Amino acid sequence: MKIKNIIITFVSAIAILFSTSVVSLAKVVGDKIILGAAISLTGKYSSNGVHTQNGYNMAVDRINDMGGIKVGGKTYKFDIIYYDDESNPKRAAQLAERLISQDGVEFMLGPYSSGLTKAIAPVTEKYGVPMVEANGASRSLFTKGYKYLFAVLAPANLYLDVAIETAVELNGGKGVRIAQAFEQDAFSQDVRLGILDAAERTGSKIIIDDKLPKELNDMAATLAKVKAVKPDVLVVSGHTKGALTAIRQIAEMKVDVPMLAMTHCDAAKLSKQHGKNSQYALCASQWHKTLTYKDDFFKDGMTYAADFEKLFGYDPPYQSAESSAALLVFKDAFERANSFDQKKVRDALADTNMQTFYGNIKFAEGGQNVDKPMVLFQVMCDDSGKCENKVVAPLKWASAELIHPIPKWSER
Amino acid sequence: MLTLQAVLDGLLLGVLFALIAYGMALQWGVMNIINIAQGDLVILGGYIAYFMYLYGIHPAWGVIVSPIIMYFVGVIIYKLVINKVVDRDLFISILATFGISILFMQLMNFAFGADVVLANSGYGTTMLFDNSVTLPNSKIFSAFISIVFAIGLVIYMKKSKLGRAIRATAQNARAAKILGVDTEKVYAATFGINAALCGVAGALISITFTIHPYMGLPYTIRSFMIVIVAGLGNLPGVAMSGMGLGVFEEFADYILGTEFRIGSVFLLLVLILVYRRFKLSRKREYLK
Repeated sequence: MKIKNIIITFVSAIAILFSTSVVSLAKVVGDKIILGAAISLTGKYSSNGVHTQNGYNMAVDRINDMGGIKVGGKTYKFDIIYYDDESNPKRAAQLAERLISQDGVEFMLGPYSSGLTKAIAPVTEKYGVPMVEANGASRSLFTKGYKYLFAVLAPANLYLDVAIETAVELNGGKGVRIAQAFEQDAFSQDVRLGILDAAERTGSKIIIDDKLPKELNDMAATLAKVKAVKPDVLVVSGHTKGALTAIRQIAEMKVDVPMLAMTHCDAAKLSKQHGKNSQYALCASQWHKTLTYKDDFFKDGMTYAADFEKLFGYDPPYQSAESSAALLVFKDAFERANSFDQKKVRDALADTNMQTFYGNIKFAEGGQNVDKPMVLFQVMCDDSGKCENKVVAPLKWASAELIHPIPKWSER
Repeated sequence: MLTLQAVLDGLLLGVLFALIAYGMALQWGVMNIINIAQGDLVILGGYIAYFMYLYGIHPAWGVIVSPIIMYFVGVIIYKLVINKVVDRDLFISILATFGISILFMQLMNFAFGADVVLANSGYGTTMLFDNSVTLPNSKIFSAFISIVFAIGLVIYMKKSKLGRAIRATAQNARAAKILGVDTEKVYAATFGINAALCGVAGALISITFTIHPYMGLPYTIRSFMIVIVAGLGNLPGVAMSGMGLGVFEEFADYILGTEFRIGSVFLLLVLILVYRRFKLSRKREYLK
């Protein structure tokens, strides 16, 4: 019995020692500010998870190389603890809990996707851990009254309303007839709400309003209806599957619409996978490399894209750019707060008002970035079949003129 | 015209479903195994065609290469897992193939990434009635190839030695064994043939739709449903039920909306199972 007690005491002592040493690793160790992130490195979001991680890593290296973060007269460097959330919201919430209560992380970076951010936000909120996220755009994230959540990206309801406004403008200010098909997930449904608002505002009419299933790979029925009723604008949002399926079947079924607006075109590598068939599609994007926003770390979009490509071997999608921007926001907030106190950092984040290569950043009460409009680019191809995405709206950032209406299939 | 479009789309789609279901019916009938990983084998077949396309080979050649590779994949799965559950309870085989399904999804995700991909055949479109009904040639090609493989398999089952052995084993495995049929070999070949059929279907799906590591389950459910309706070993039944399901799905999509497409398949499955049970119970009463 005695021996058993001794063993139990010994084991508990080691456990306590180990747990305190882990906690003491937290937050700031030596000259390192440790951030935590649950990222989808496996599972269905793994491609975008990797884009997110690459964006974070590139910004960490850049900020560290350029002198780090100055707090209280001392220079610190960023470091990130990553865990793989397997694209699973439950797992993401568990990992957030683990990062905070076991690893002692006091500042978090967001995961990929609205769904996973929704799972993590209650945890960071409970512990009062400031989280800057770059990949959760669902409107519902910003209406819950979260105090510690800050998103560098524009909310989902703003994704495609520029398209509707542009169509109305081109129609001489008169309302247009809209056909829309949206997947039934939080993000796409928010994009849909944005379209409904825009339609009401502009006096436009929704004539087809289809909901797409998660297992979507056939949109023939929706497109046959579109062909029959001939709307002025067709809007599709169903992540990468939606974008790829729509372009394939629109081309196969020779569906003529004057304007086609979509989301997730660059994540779907639309112009690469479909070539000329994707021509004229209008795509909502949080960022494009040709935008002329500037900062001291990445200079501008073109330089960011060139540096990113040198490091990772591919053109950065906007998911990477916004993830890099999240680190710039954290650096700025730490320096202004001049402290590692979570409350002070949170207040500094709330007061953010800065320009990064990715766009202006200023947070509203709900945590969403209200100072950065969405951009629309159009896929444009030359005669050799090489396609490029060119920004066409808003006009301030446009690098090419919008081609409207889309030429009929019989004339292509 | 909308109705005609829906019927034609449904028929072309249904033939492809029927091909996948035929493989399922075959192994279910012979080995008494419900293969939950059926859809994942289809997707793996699709990736083979997709990689050929990436390396500059026309994806249509996938309908020849993919089944050959998938046959061996099927035989390996049989040797590693299925032969241990083949004589056991049906529930054990469902669990085992469910495990294989999860493993395949994760392995495909690991090996090929989580991107949604497709292979472009560049086959163009057939337009009927002044462009009001359009049929993608890739869908027509898929349906044609599916029919060729289905007919080829029927002939093979009737004429070849292995085909006869498979049919004998399906009728009575014990008797076949006593009469000198190597049932172990027959089982391995059956599972291989099923995987090969999935390979063909996968190659066709990569040309007509999109593929993704986690997209297998809807194909498993559809083939399960077709086999349930048609009954085991009833090839014309499988073909009819496949095409019927294709048309049913298209109409459900038109009338109820795309979001109810897969849901309506589930609902139909439940209704058919309830109806069958009802019919059986009436028969039992009659026999009393």
